[in-house]
Order: sequence, then C-alpha cells, then structure tokens
Amino acid sequence: MMENNVKDPKVATKASNNKEDRFQGHDYYNIDELLNDDHLLARDAVRSWVKQEVSPIIEDYSNRAVCPTHLFKGLADIGAFGPSLPAEYGCGGMDEIAYGIIMQELERGDSGIRSMASVQGSLVMYPIYKFGSEEQRRKYLPKLASGEFIGCFGLTEPDHGSDPGGMITNIKDDGDSYILNGAKMWITNSPVADIAVVWAKDEEGKIRGVIVEKGMEGFSAPEIHGKWSLRASITGELVFEDVRVPKANVLPNVKGLKGPLSCLSKARYGIAWGAIGAAMDCYDSALRYSQERIQFGKPIGQFQLTQKKLAEMITEITKAQLLAWRLGTLANDGKATPAQISMAKRNNVHMALEIAREARQIHGGMGITNEYPVMRHMMNLETVLTYEGTHDIHLLITGMDVTGLNAFK
Amino acid sequence: MKLLVCVSKTPDTTAKIAFTSDNTALDANGIQFIMNPYDEWYALVRALELKESAGGSVTVVNVGPAANDTVIRKAMAIGADDAIRVDAEPKSAYFVAQQIAAVAKGNDYDMIFLGKETINYNGSEVGAMLAELLDLPFISYGTKLTMEGNAAVIERDIEGGTEIVSVEAPFVVSAAKGMAEQRIPNMRGIMSAKRKPLKVVAAVDCEDPVRVVSYQLPDAKSAVKMVDPENMDELVRLLHEEAKII
Repeated sequence: MMENNVKDPKVATKASNNKEDRFQGHDYYNIDELLNDDHLLARDAVRSWVKQEVSPIIEDYSNRAVCPTHLFKGLADIGAFGPSLPAEYGCGGMDEIAYGIIMQELERGDSGIRSMASVQGSLVMYPIYKFGSEEQRRKYLPKLASGEFIGCFGLTEPDHGSDPGGMITNIKDDGDSYILNGAKMWITNSPVADIAVVWAKDEEGKIRGVIVEKGMEGFSAPEIHGKWSLRASITGELVFEDVRVPKANVLPNVKGLKGPLSCLSKARYGIAWGAIGAAMDCYDSALRYSQERIQFGKPIGQFQLTQKKLAEMITEITKAQLLAWRLGTLANDGKATPAQISMAKRNNVHMALEIAREARQIHGGMGITNEYPVMRHMMNLETVLTYEGTHDIHLLITGMDVTGLNAFK
Repeated sequence: MKLLVCVSKTPDTTAKIAFTSDNTALDANGIQFIMNPYDEWYALVRALELKESAGGSVTVVNVGPAANDTVIRKAMAIGADDAIRVDAEPKSAYFVAQQIAAVAKGNDYDMIFLGKETINYNGSEVGAMLAELLDLPFISYGTKLTMEGNAAVIERDIEGGTEIVSVEAPFVVSAAKGMAEQRIPNMRGIMSAKRKPLKVVAAVDCEDPVRVVSYQLPDAKSAVKMVDPENMDELVRLLHEEAKII
C-alpha cells in the first residue's frame, strides 16, 4: 500500500510550486514573553523543518491527493511523535505547551501533516503509554517515536460518529486470544499503518482497547478516495473479519468510553493549537498580499474594508493564542478539563476557518489558486471543524457543562 | 579534536531595523533574534561533523548578555557539548575578539570556527583579529574543509575561481556557504541541551579604540521611472545623470 504513495521526493519537489515560503509568526500581544526556551526552540525548529520539507512540496501533493509518506521519517526525526511523553520510551519529555506549539507549526504547513503527527502521538502512543502494560510500552513506543512503526486509531464507525458508545465492533473471548469483528471509518493513516489501536466492545458490552497489527489474518485497511479536504493526508477504513488478536494486545488498564475519550482530549488539545497555525498562515499571506497588490493606485491594504478584515483576523488570532496558552498551563498542571478543551478546539478551529475565508477574499481571484496556501487551508479546516468532535457536539459539551443538563439524552 | 565555535546573535533576516533616537544603537524593541546563520549552518555544523568522524568535543562561545542564552542553547541542541558565555555587551569586533581570545588562551583548541560574517554588521573582522591575538593562522571564507592527518585542506572561493590551501592545526577558519548544511535541532536535542554545561565568565578589561558615531538607514527606494523603449537617449541620460552608473 505504502509504495503506491511514495514518489521520489526530489522529483516531486521539482514538479511543485517552488515559491519561497515567506511566513513570519505573529505575536500582537507579546505572548512569546509567556513562553520558555523549550517552547521557543521547539517552534523555531519545527518552523524551519516545515519551510524546508513541507512548503516546497505540499501544494503538489495536495493537488494530486497523495500523502507525502516520506515525511513520517522527518516528523519522527524532529521529535514530533509523542513529544510530551517520557524520554525513557524514546519520546521528547517536553511539556504540553511545547506539544501545542509543535502542532501549531505543523498545521501552519498543512492540517494533513499535523494530522499525521497528532494521530501517531495522541491517539496511538498516548493510549499505549496511559493504558498499556509496561511490556506494551517497551514494545511499541520507541518504534512509534522513531517512525519505524506508523499507527492509527479506530473509534469512528460507518454508523457511529458522534455517538461512539453505539459501536458494533466487538471482541469475543477465545482462549488465549480474542476474535475481533467489525469496521471502522475515517481513519487517518490507516492504509499505511503498521498497528491500529482499535476500540471494541467485549462480551459484557464494555469498550476495550486492542492493538491490531498489520498482517493479522482477516484485517484490511482500504483507502478512502475522493476527499476535497486533507488531501495530503491518507484516510481509510479498518475492516476486521474474525481477526484473532492475542490477549497480550489488549490495553489492560482501561474499560469504557473514557479510554478513547481521554485520547481525543489529548488530540483536541493539539488541534486547538494547530488551528492557530493555519489561521496565522492565512493572515500572514493576506497581510503581505494586501501590501503588495495595487488597485486604484494604492495597496489594497489601504482600503478600509481590507483593514477591517485584517484587524479582525489578528484580533481573533490573538484571542485564540491566549486561550491556547492558558489551556496549556492548565494542561501542564493536569487541570485542563475535557470541557475546557472542547471550548478551545471549537473556538479556534472556527476562528481559523473564518480567517481562511476572509483571507481568500483579500487574495481575490489568486486566492482560489495554489499559488497561495489559503484555499488549501480553508478546505482542510472543513475537516478539522468536523473531526475529533464536531463543531456542534463541542458546543453541546459546553452547554452541558454550564447547565448541568445533558442534551445528548 | 578540541574545537571551539564562535556564535553570535543577530536580528532575524525579516526584522525591520530601526535605531535609537540618537542613531547610535539598534532599537531592539520588537526585534526577533536568531543565531547568525553563517555561524550556525556552516561553522557549527562542520565542527560537529569533524567531531562525529574523529571524536573530540565542540564548545561554543558567545559574547553577550544573559538574553543570549536561548541562542547558545540552540547551538547545544544542535549538538555542541558545552558553552561559554562572556557576560558583556559585544561592543565592537575588536572587543569581541579580545574576549574570545581570553577564553581560548590556555585551552589548546585545535581549530576555532566562526561564520564568514554576521548578517547584521557584515564586518568579517573578528576571525582575523582573533587569529592575530592568538598568533594563529587564519583562513577566511572557507567553503569546504577536509582533514588530511593533522592538516586541514580548505577550499576558498576567490574571484573567478577556487583557492585550495592546506594548514596545520591549530588555526582559525571562517565558514561560508558550502562548508556544511543546516541542521535542525530535534526535540530530544532541545531537552538534552538543558543539561549541558553553560559557563558564564566575566569580560576581561579591554581598551576599545573604535566608537560608533552613528548609524543611517539607506535612502528609501525612489519610484520606478518608465522609459519608452524607443527613447534610448533618455535611458542613457538617466543612467548617466541620475543613477550615475555609466
């Protein structure tokens, strides 16, 4: 499966849009002063990596709807897989703000590239670390951190998206192993994954996590085609037909929906930061374009309606940065609640999507082409608005949190 | 092999430069700083490659205030083993060369690396002064450095060609584009840099004969003048009288 997606990166680079990536970060409220050296060095490193490895090829891969799978190794080398998990398992040992900043810089390049890293770190490595046995940690985490293994996360099913508790994928006890049956849908990285962390109901109806390995009989992961969004990220299904999974592959330390939901909290936290990256790239491109594009004898940035758009963009970005920073300090203290994470994910992704749309207008007709990153970000953000808990579901989580009344029942 | 790499801190290449009201110093307000790319991409990385192939250690030295520690940590995140910061404002090339010479004296470094210039002052002075103060040979603008026994073979770009020189260690070399390729630090490097030693030393007394009188920004670009392609005489007149290039 992988070979189909691997193009010679040198050839691809030549064929692609070679425009220089002139991105600069934006920090209207001197939020950098709230960050430490780890955060600043991590941001600088990932920004350099994105400019060197992602920007020169992303429009081409996105245009062809091909995943640049050669970037998995680069993401691993830079330390983007599980940066906040402990160093003893080959991970970074950094704090949650550093993790957020890494996601921000990756998504500045492309939401699909950020997705490659969020799934590996938050949805595969995190549950193995949090709920796995010591043996499972030692077996899988170093290989996932180094990119030797690619992982994916199976929760959503064709008929169960926002309601994962209704899942029908199941495991049945059969001596030393379980027999796994069912199907998962919209799984990032699945066609190229070596392992899948799959959530399935046991015979008592309790949700359990199992590690399914590529090559197990009855397990397949067909690719989903035809996406107009996250085109540089590979998405697929997971199909299980009487797959025999050793009991040693069950995550021993969690039962119930809180297992997958705690992974999603981790990933949503990263998205709350990541969306700022996409928004900043759109704003940065629009700001520069508004100063260079001359109409009626002056730069379009001199017109009040353009200034309104730009001023509102930087205001919203600044608010989102402060929200993410505060959420990061809470996460570092282990105090960020799932509802607080929902608020930040929902607000920041919606903010980014609105900014992409406004930035597209500032770019005029050029905004619809891949000469500029804006429309690609806009299309990507339509997915980001929906995955990892939809925009509406997150609103209802906040609603439930403030009223104490559950709108899901 | 004991290697010393001099690194300096410069404004980011995209920074908008302004001066203090009396035009005698940079106005650092709102400026983002980076490690001088010639020091980082070429001098530091080539020193690390030599250490990796032949063993030894790479120490980085910087002259500057505590705010420079971020740049120093980046050098250690990329791979330097330890660092020395001379706690003083780097007032001039001569001052900086004196401070680094004081650090290097008695430490028997086999090679001292630095970038061919800093991207803010572009003086290319520190290397030559440092070599003179330490009584060492100096090779400037090296684009390639390979070891042959105890001697380094260094290629330098010269007008219209390449000069190849051989020099016995110890020496001072300034690195230009081509000597190595940029290395991006990874997260493990960033975290391990915290545990590497950074020694802060006081500046030595040094009389600085040079004083900055003032800085001036270049004139703003004037508007483009369009000349009719039929009117060559007018083009020649403008190039001669206004642009004064012919």
